Amino acid sequence: MSTHDLGMVIAAHSGRKGALLPLLHDIQHAFDCIDPAAEAEVARALNLSRAEVHGVVSFYPDFTPERDPRPVIELCRAEACKARGVEALVAPAEAAAGDRVRLKAVYCLGLCSVGPNARVGDSLHARLDEGSLVALVAAQ
Amino acid sequence: MIVVRISDDALALACGADALAAAFAAAGAAVERVSSWGMHWLEPLVEIGGMGFGPARPGDVAAILAGTSPLAIGPVAAHHFIARQQRLTFARAGKTRPLSLDDYAATGGWAGLERARAMAPEAVIAEVIASGLRGRGGAGFPAGIKWQTVREAPGAEKYLVCNADEGDSATFADRMLMEGDPFHLLEGMSIAGHAVGALEGFIYVRSEYPHAIAKLNAAIALAADRLAPLRIEVRVGAGAYVCGEETSLLNSLEGKRGEVRAKPPLPALEGLFGCPTVVNNVLTLAAVPHILAEGGAAHYAGHGIERSRGTIPVQLAGNIRHGGLFETAFGISLGELVNEIGGGTASGRPVKAVQVGGPLGAYIPPSQFHLPFDYEAFAGQDALIGHGGICVFDDTADMGAMARFAFEFCAAESCGKCTPCRIGAVRGVELIDRIRGGGATQAGRVEALPQMHNARKAGRTRAEELELLEDLCETMQGASLCALGGFTPYPVRSALRHWPEDFSDGI
Repeated sequence: MSTHDLGMVIAAHSGRKGALLPLLHDIQHAFDCIDPAAEAEVARALNLSRAEVHGVVSFYPDFTPERDPRPVIELCRAEACKARGVEALVAPAEAAAGDRVRLKAVYCLGLCSVGPNARVGDSLHARLDEGSLVALVAAQ
Repeated sequence: MIVVRISDDALALACGADALAAAFAAAGAAVERVSSWGMHWLEPLVEIGGMGFGPARPGDVAAILAGTSPLAIGPVAAHHFIARQQRLTFARAGKTRPLSLDDYAATGGWAGLERARAMAPEAVIAEVIASGLRGRGGAGFPAGIKWQTVREAPGAEKYLVCNADEGDSATFADRMLMEGDPFHLLEGMSIAGHAVGALEGFIYVRSEYPHAIAKLNAAIALAADRLAPLRIEVRVGAGAYVCGEETSLLNSLEGKRGEVRAKPPLPALEGLFGCPTVVNNVLTLAAVPHILAEGGAAHYAGHGIERSRGTIPVQLAGNIRHGGLFETAFGISLGELVNEIGGGTASGRPVKAVQVGGPLGAYIPPSQFHLPFDYEAFAGQDALIGHGGICVFDDTADMGAMARFAFEFCAAESCGKCTPCRIGAVRGVELIDRIRGGGATQAGRVEALPQMHNARKAGRTRAEELELLEDLCETMQGASLCALGGFTPYPVRSALRHWPEDFSDGI
């Protein structure tokens, strides 16, 4: 990433109360990761230590230290989707995903009466069965 | 031109509402995107002149328009799932376009705020206290008392925080309200801001809810004039379940790790940025406009039983035939909700267990379905209402595996601040694995270390492992800083108590 772009993202949050989380979201969104160089830049801009920024970045699952270019499917594995049989879909979905697609477990997408559910970016998929989930994986 | 109403709620979208709306538009109909009625097994639901059809697919469009579709359910508002409800918080569900200020004003919107603004803040708080409203996030603390504490707390600057970090599985009422009736939440927040003297409000929404975030931001932009002097900003979580705990949420809002704070000090006295802060759940704040409308407090208090007054939006989820949102007065029995309204399981098999109150709630067997929805009645059975979610499991569920998952989830989501939760959850997973394997044949890795002088050096029988599990649960329940570690024993203990047979040789 270029320092110039990063500087613009950081500048957009100047003077904001509790700016760190929204800022980190923007960096993650723009660069698909928050690497050590970005952490250092953010620390300088917000007058924090690098350790403080790293502590926050590493606490939250949404922030990742390295870019992963693979497409991601977030599959809900929480209680309501378990009750609707998601666990039986995991092995076939993993087999279809291989190393090409990242299958990530999440806990709840808030669609708990029509599971099993998955999310790809901002598009949501409900009432999945083995066939439709494998097809969703293959379509990425 | 024929007007077709289809929801743009995230659940309807996940079930294919956009493709369906496009098909109707292509067939020459005028499509209105409205909020969801909350009958999720029928989504995407199509409404034409008050008559419903669902669940519809693009291939059904011609038959629906021709009036020959077998998906017809008759008048939507008279459907038994809707007609049996007492919708106060969700009064607009299914009826209005979420971002239409005209629809909002035409359905009684802003009446509560206008009346509240004409009253002294103390009088507003008195009405909230009189309504009996308790925090709908799970703790059930009287909302008016919390407001009063913040109002009377010393400090020039006060904050209002709406907790929309709805992470519990089997809950979606916050999401539906934010997506379907965002002005209603903003109105409730404005009333709260007036009552406690806060000029700045934050809505902390989980990042798993992109549609709710978009609707709220749009609604705030549209209604900013109405909401002034209160400024409201949406802040987005970052995937940490524990940030639904109020002190962890405050740390997250401040830009810190979402670690739990010790209480006291209460957030009402020292909350966001050290200032007095009201932290209320979405449903708590959304109950307020009704309460502040003329005669609303008495009307609200007229619902419910004992100390649980008003209505609760119950969320029917998991393996349930008729899942969705069912707002009703407190006092309804669990069995009525699961069997009569929910229609039993979606799989058609017998109900084995229901988990009420999210991942930290107890598993309840059908033999206790007489339990009324009431904070104290549930607490008396070592269970909790939490955020009002009910997750149904059929007889194929392995309750030993669910108990293990409770620990696994706690280990994954623990903020790490207190030891009982951080370490206890990991030990809990190991213990359940050993119990389900019949007991340990030798001492654990840590116990075997030479420096562990007092640790036991022999393996344990199953009975001894169970005793150890009980001991662990007691420690976590009594010594954790927040409900994550403190309530994880509820699902574990209840599963073990009611289904001990699921704890042997099950792996």
